[in-house]
Amino acid sequence: MKILVCISHVPDTTSKISFTDNNTKFNNAGVQYIIGPYDEYALSKAIDLREAGGGSVTVINVGEADTEPTIRKALAIGADDAIRVNAFPKDANFVAEQIAAVAKSNTYDLILMGRESIDFNGGMVHGMVAELLGLPSISPIMKLEINGTTATMSKEIEGGKEVVECNFPFVAGCQEPIAEWKIPNMRGIMSAKSKPLAVLEPVASEEVVKLLNFETPKPKGACKMIDPATPEQLFDLLRNEAKII
Amino acid sequence: MATLIKKIKGGEFVIKATDAADIAIPEERTEEQKMMADMGRDFLNTEVIPILDRIDKQEEGLMQSLLDKAGELGLLGISIPEKYNGFGKDFNTSLLITEVVGAGYSFAVALAAHTGIGTLPILYFGNDAQKDKYLPKLATGELKASYCLTEPGSGSDALAAKTKATLSTDGTHYIITGQKMWITNAGFADVFIVFAQVDGDKFTGFIVEKGDGLTLGNEEHKMGIKGSSTRQVFLNDCKVPVENVLGQIGKGHLIAFNILNIGRIKLAAAALGGCKRTSMLSIQYAKERIQFKQPIANFGAIQHKLAEQAIQIFTCESAMYRAGADIQAAEEEYVAAGKSYEEALLAAAQDFAIECAILKVAGSEVLDYVVDEGVQILGGYGFSADYPMDRAYRDSRINRIFEGTNEINRMLTMDMFFKKAMKGELDIMGPAMAVQKELMAIPDFGADEDELFVAEKKALANMKKALLMGAGAAAQKFADKLATEQEVLMNLADIAILIYMSESVLLRAEKLISQRGEAACSLFVDIAKVYLNDAMDKVNVAGKNAINSFATGDEQKVMLMGLKRFTKIAPLNTRDARRRIAAKLIEAGTYPF
Ligand SMILES: Cc1cc2nc3c(=O)[nH]c(=O)nc-3n(C[C@H](O)[C@H](O)[C@H](O)COP(=O)(O)OP(=O)(O)OC[C@H]3O[C@@H](n4cnc5c(N)ncnc54)[C@H](O)[C@@H]3O)c2cc1C
Repeated sequence: MKILVCISHVPDTTSKISFTDNNTKFNNAGVQYIIGPYDEYALSKAIDLREAGGGSVTVINVGEADTEPTIRKALAIGADDAIRVNAFPKDANFVAEQIAAVAKSNTYDLILMGRESIDFNGGMVHGMVAELLGLPSISPIMKLEINGTTATMSKEIEGGKEVVECNFPFVAGCQEPIAEWKIPNMRGIMSAKSKPLAVLEPVASEEVVKLLNFETPKPKGACKMIDPATPEQLFDLLRNEAKII
Repeated sequence: MATLIKKIKGGEFVIKATDAADIAIPEERTEEQKMMADMGRDFLNTEVIPILDRIDKQEEGLMQSLLDKAGELGLLGISIPEKYNGFGKDFNTSLLITEVVGAGYSFAVALAAHTGIGTLPILYFGNDAQKDKYLPKLATGELKASYCLTEPGSGSDALAAKTKATLSTDGTHYIITGQKMWITNAGFADVFIVFAQVDGDKFTGFIVEKGDGLTLGNEEHKMGIKGSSTRQVFLNDCKVPVENVLGQIGKGHLIAFNILNIGRIKLAAAALGGCKRTSMLSIQYAKERIQFKQPIANFGAIQHKLAEQAIQIFTCESAMYRAGADIQAAEEEYVAAGKSYEEALLAAAQDFAIECAILKVAGSEVLDYVVDEGVQILGGYGFSADYPMDRAYRDSRINRIFEGTNEINRMLTMDMFFKKAMKGELDIMGPAMAVQKELMAIPDFGADEDELFVAEKKALANMKKALLMGAGAAAQKFADKLATEQEVLMNLADIAILIYMSESVLLRAEKLISQRGEAACSLFVDIAKVYLNDAMDKVNVAGKNAINSFATGDEQKVMLMGLKRFTKIAPLNTRDARRRIAAKLIEAGTYPF
């Protein structure tokens, strides 16, 4: 079984978010980068599947050279080899086209990734990759079992659970508890340096989205306390200051 | 390959200045080291921190299973060579892992006892057969180790142990009888490194396996590290095959003391891990706790505490990784000169035994400061056993006691210093004479001190002069009775510690500036300056106490004047500097450096 796992290189969840260049660029000064947490679940699942049924796990990241520590972390966790498409991941469509191009020239039985990245949280790449490859796409899956070349997956839906069956190959967006999160061990860390990491140049891609600028949410205003003895003051503030009633 | 140059010898910091370029700083870690540190942190956060209460209750089998998990990740084999199932990582990497795991309260103690005093005697003093037999299983955690030196009647005076070992009549076994006290990991250990007297007075190490003749006392009731197993070990006609003699008969003291050098710097590393976690918890609480309608982090008194925690941590960390890299450089030099990996690290740690003792004291006292203020920042909640500061506070206290009490380590610091001087390994005569001359000369009023760190470097050089002056005079006065003048030795050791810390933090800030530019390093400058500023006053007090205890008349006058001159430092607005540091801590919500 050949599995491709797509990983994003994202700011740590505790990062302070700010922007530079007239609010057109993310300010990465002092920011720690990690593998997208949902992607890491996908990777853990892929490794479990390989351990149980053999095969190989390749990780792919669309990113510039500074993402290589993140890629090597994935190798340390247990991927066999890695591909970096040497380009800034401008938007979901661009990333999906790059992944699809790689997937076209290598046949994978499964293409797994997180349900969404945690920087832009678009949750679109799995669907787009599947569309470009003409494959089914399922997301967000929380359970995945393989029987021969058929996978049984389950996902939560409003008020219940949906169980889906699908033949290889397909694309899936994963989330916990699909697999147990894996801490890389010493052997993994030490072997990460020597595992293959191929760098490919990006394929041409039409620009369909333009990023104009970023905005941070308005800071929360100070809280106003109202004396319970004067409820009319509350109505006054809601009507005349907040203008919501 | 570039030839390795040992930049500085152990203890030489007292008489020599070091270039910032020649020290190692934690910011220079490799990607692999960072990944290993993340591994340790992830392990603590997922496996240990969520179950601290269960660990402290010593739930049956829990600590062993955690050590097994740590073994699966490779955390027990960091310093063990690859041919014995370990990872053969360098010394600074092992310090880094010790630091990270050091945030794990009782678990950290169990792990450190296993990988340190439990495993290292076999690694460094075992023969090939002993290493083949034990190291691979110690590296994975399949076997768990403990170290039995202390006895009810011998603690600091470890060589006075009474446990005896007698060769059996057929010459195949030693029969060991005696009682060991305070043995960490005893409750579940498979391997016990036991020290006993052969023929009454030949202090010798043995590898003893659990079995007939070895029984355990009950778990001790302790103030802290309650999750760590601590028991007495009774040896009652315990038969140990002669193959299990560790090192040579009568040379057990070499094992006991050499392992301690490494243990001491590692204790500082572990303490730093605890410090950083406590700093984080302090900052988070201070940001959340509202009093007088605002977070207490807004208050200057609290900001002072948060900043001072960080200043102490950053400084001690600078000294620890600096010494670690010096030890590693010396080790590499010994390897290049033909020594084995094991011999080389031991010899290197012995060279830097002064620094190791200094770090043991500094690390444990910084941790005690940090947890004490941690409790204070949490107020009543700091005193509550349902909040995390209670455990941090209680668990910290043991560090000033084991691996040689801080009194013993202070005395050792000066004892080794004088011994090195006597043996001619450390030339203190020249510099001491220069200080004498300077005492008689007109004071130098300093030239251009506006440039960064020029004034601080001069202050540092002066601190060293204060030590040389005090140590020189004490040595002359007391000659061979100096060892019994403990109060003076304590004072002098305090000054030596302050010098090593001040120099290390200054050099780290300087090196960071050379890499990142001054603008990006303003807080490092603040940290270094505040530390040095306060250290100067502490040197002054310690120096006065020393001088006034043995000098009189003109000699006393001249020395006190000299001390005053040597501890002068330009005024610094430490309040503003600490506020700037605190602002960064509060913004980051954690210890950020
Ligand atoms: C929780 C815990 C775990 C431990 N784990 C281990 C272990 O795994 N293996 C092991 O072998 N030991 C272990 N120890 C023992 C520990 O190393 C000793 O407790 C320590 O060395 C001090 O010895 P002591 O308790 O006998 O104190 P003492 O030596 O009696 O010291 C009492 C006080 O007198 C001071 N003092 C002693 N001698 C002098 C002197 N010459 N000059 C000035 N002051 C002096 C000391 O500094 C101290 O303040 C552990 C202890 C504890 C509490």
